[in-house]
Amino acid sequence: MNFQKEELLACTIARLIAEARHVAVGAASPIPATAVFLLRARGLPVRISLLQKRSANPFSEGSRELFDLAGQGRIDAFFLGGAQIDGEGNVNLVEAEGRRFPGSFGSAFMYGAVKQTILFREEHSRRVLVPKVEFVSAAGHPAALLTGKALFGWNRERRRFVLRSFHYCGGVDDVRRNTGFAFDVENESISETMPPGQEELKLLRGPVAKQIAVDYPEFAKRVWE
Amino acid sequence: MAGLTSNATAFLAGPDEIAERIPDGAFVAMPPDYSLPAMAVVRSLIRKKSRNLRLLGVPVLGMCADLLIGAGCVAEVETSAVSLGEAGLAPRFTEAVESGAIKVRDATCPAVHTGLQASEKGVPFMPLGGVIGSSLIERRNDWKVARDPFTSEEILYVKAIIPDVALFHARWADEAGNVWVGRRRELATISHAARATYVTYEEKRVGDMLEDEILAPGVISSVYITAVAPAQRGAWPLGVAQVYGIDDAHLMQYARAARTKSGFDDYLKQFVFASEVK
Repeated sequence: MNFQKEELLACTIARLIAEARHVAVGAASPIPATAVFLLRARGLPVRISLLQKRSANPFSEGSRELFDLAGQGRIDAFFLGGAQIDGEGNVNLVEAEGRRFPGSFGSAFMYGAVKQTILFREEHSRRVLVPKVEFVSAAGHPAALLTGKALFGWNRERRRFVLRSFHYCGGVDDVRRNTGFAFDVENESISETMPPGQEELKLLRGPVAKQIAVDYPEFAKRVWE
Repeated sequence: MAGLTSNATAFLAGPDEIAERIPDGAFVAMPPDYSLPAMAVVRSLIRKKSRNLRLLGVPVLGMCADLLIGAGCVAEVETSAVSLGEAGLAPRFTEAVESGAIKVRDATCPAVHTGLQASEKGVPFMPLGGVIGSSLIERRNDWKVARDPFTSEEILYVKAIIPDVALFHARWADEAGNVWVGRRRELATISHAARATYVTYEEKRVGDMLEDEILAPGVISSVYITAVAPAQRGAWPLGVAQVYGIDDAHLMQYARAARTKSGFDDYLKQFVFASEVK
């Protein structure tokens, strides 16, 4: 394997949102931000609104502007994580197993307001991927669920995740062992998630790494230095 | 509380004088860590042993809330989240909620903005898209799912939020009692919605900023401002854009100290109860 896990995840996200023209990326989300910068480095006309930015932040109407943009349909893609994510696509950012988490942020609104909500959580375990969340911060139809182990699509009619690929050799069994909810499998012959190509890796390690280092210095150092 | 028509801004001596005017039990709206929190007043409130405050996060809160909660000043927090951002979970908030010491009225960011926008327009509620399906609604008696009168589809109505106090920091105040917050327009919204607005400022400008077409769009008019007080570096350890940045090292130091009650108390001793840090 001649690439880092973060590079694989960023390339996978980039493929999911290749059609988007305006992507908003929340705080502490360096991998989704990397994906958007990769699309830009490939010359695609995608706008990124990076909430993390301390200077030259894209908004001039205060923090409500992001939600107003989303409410009007001016944002194509957004990312949500969760202390818990369940098999019906609900996310919980409030409380689990007696522990308190920061809170729902804008999730309850953003989930349905943007065209593509991608659920993204690196930890893939039965602790995170549960049969039923204890608190529904936000409900909706995700475009995909990406974890450190696998990529799931979403079947809107069945309200169920569909395993599309796994990242490492553990295969479907390993994904099943570590997933607390039931899911469908796309077909018998599903395989490993498509690895980053040479061209993508060149861009990631060149211009993208430089741009990411501005707003996510710790992350850039860890992955690319 | 002063009447809403009193528009003569009071000029106070400093953050302690603002803290004196915020009574125990007040419902206080505050901005997130990235949007000019009045940290000097937060420290004054802790020194004067404020009690039973209800905080409103517009739309989330950070270190200012964690400090007040840890110091026992807070009974309830209404917010979309409390976190220290890159420095991680807000430890005193987390502990206080898990032990039942404070109540949380969980919100979602645009619902806070919508409730405040209803107040600034003087209407009793406003509709907000989305949110339906979230457990948040079951816990809020001031949010109602009703029918859109035009399409009969379900929509969320958010009751107007009227804070007793809006509290924040500004780059400038002027002799007319106006304050300048630049692009941080959520601060304008909370000052429009609140019954009283108290603002600390970095520097005072001569004259009236509303006479300057370049400055005016970043100004909140004195009609909304109850009182201002000077507080140089009043947002520290948070920042004022292009004046001083966020003191990340201090935030990390705080996040580490506040993991335990004794570490937090030591932090208060050093940075709050010792004379105000300049």
